Amino acid sequence: MTTTPLTTERARAAVHEALLGIVPDAELDIVDPGENLREALELDSIDFLAFVRRLAELTGRTIDEDDYSRLSTLDSCIEFLTTAR
Amino acid sequence: MWWPRPGGRWGDVADFLMPSLGADMDEGTILEWLVKPGDVVHRGDVVAVVDTSKAAVDVECFTDGTVEKILLPVGEKVPVGTPLAIIGDGAPEPPQAVTKPEPATKPQPLASPPVRTFAKQAGVDLAAVHGTGRGGAITRADVEQVLAPRARRPEPAGVRVSPYAKRLAGELGVDLATLPGPVLHARDVHAAARQPVQAQRPQAERPQAEQSMRQTIAALMSRSKREIPHYYLSITIDLQTALEWLHEYNRGVGVQDRVVPTALLIKATALAAAKVPALNGHWVGGAFRPGDGVRLGLAVSLRGGGLLVPTLADPGALALNEVMRTLSDVVARARTGRLRSSELAPATLTVTNLGDLGAESVQGVIYPPQVALVGFGAISKRPWAVGDLLGVRPLVTATLAADHRASDGAIGARFLDALDKLLQRPEGLR
Repeated sequence: MTTTPLTTERARAAVHEALLGIVPDAELDIVDPGENLREALELDSIDFLAFVRRLAELTGRTIDEDDYSRLSTLDSCIEFLTTAR
Repeated sequence: MWWPRPGGRWGDVADFLMPSLGADMDEGTILEWLVKPGDVVHRGDVVAVVDTSKAAVDVECFTDGTVEKILLPVGEKVPVGTPLAIIGDGAPEPPQAVTKPEPATKPQPLASPPVRTFAKQAGVDLAAVHGTGRGGAITRADVEQVLAPRARRPEPAGVRVSPYAKRLAGELGVDLATLPGPVLHARDVHAAARQPVQAQRPQAERPQAEQSMRQTIAALMSRSKREIPHYYLSITIDLQTALEWLHEYNRGVGVQDRVVPTALLIKATALAAAKVPALNGHWVGGAFRPGDGVRLGLAVSLRGGGLLVPTLADPGALALNEVMRTLSDVVARARTGRLRSSELAPATLTVTNLGDLGAESVQGVIYPPQVALVGFGAISKRPWAVGDLLGVRPLVTATLAADHRASDGAIGARFLDALDKLLQRPEGLR
């Protein structure tokens, strides 16, 4: 089954919303889009799973464990969400 | 779970004391009372918010009963063990009531005074209630049974706001009129303040709280290194089987129920501690006192510095998905400063998992009066002998810091071996 890919704007908004739900005072505007998110925001594995959960909820996209490597930076998250499965 | 001992019992009342929320707490301040005289409370209900030097903690009641008197006002700092309130124990009256000659006229339904008060407040006629207690006495549960179909908490118009919540709302700039009633507590205000993403924290208070946490950690860790002769052991554990099993497990459940490897490590640690009880407990008054069950402290680092160590009550006895749920919940609440008193009960053993930050191993400092600390480093792929060949496996370095007064290296080695064996059979950790 395929899901309709999101537009870049909607994908970015979803990623930001999901991250802010976990780190409410994160300054995402100053995070380098190519930087590793888990390092930049000090996300542990529990935080990261919470991020994945929220992102799946917000976008309706199924995110498997095998997809985690594609969610490492802000840019790669957006690329993942805007690419059809 | 651990509860402050009801001290000074007389008749059917108990003192509710300032609880010790961790080994490092000597005194606390009531920030907010969530109950008032006449309120019926149950064991586990949050009755007050107490400020320790580390965090604001929701303090739970240790018994069922009725609040008879509040002894300590909001804002006063008192030592651990100071009586805060008197709680009547709400149990049906003992036999004397039964042996009393019954009046020939309409017999009074048997019920203890707190139950009568409760029924009266709730507008329930005791004559219409069927008693299931001792000697047919009516218990609170019986009254609730009658009450259940009716809407509970028929609060009159107007919202009750606790004084602390009111002050907090002022500081955080939250309009109380916008919050749903009928009773507003500090946590509602906190929640509302968090909604606009950038929470407006009271700027002046924050550095002070951080400094106070720093002081607390400094004092406790200095004491540990001064008093405890630590010995250290480590083991490298091959997690290939465990992670493959977990990957399969996660494939079979929705994203909501996925489990992270940390949960597996925590459950295995709790089970290993139960197998090697000499590391699970406290060193008190020159002797080791084994723990009554495993209460696992979990070192949670806070963003921006500091750490809290909430306690998980016997994670070895929980199903893996329950361990995971508890873990996520406790970590999230530790980081937003909403821990409950039972989660700050003294742990019998602590785990620190610095692996998520990339460190390969951690040689921990024991939390006195505990006698051991288990540390996990990062799970990473490294070369590993598999049979006679060299393989690349996901490995984790587990370390043990233990108190040499309470145990010897052989005991510690047995613990790490038990941990390894448990993780090699992950289906047993389900």
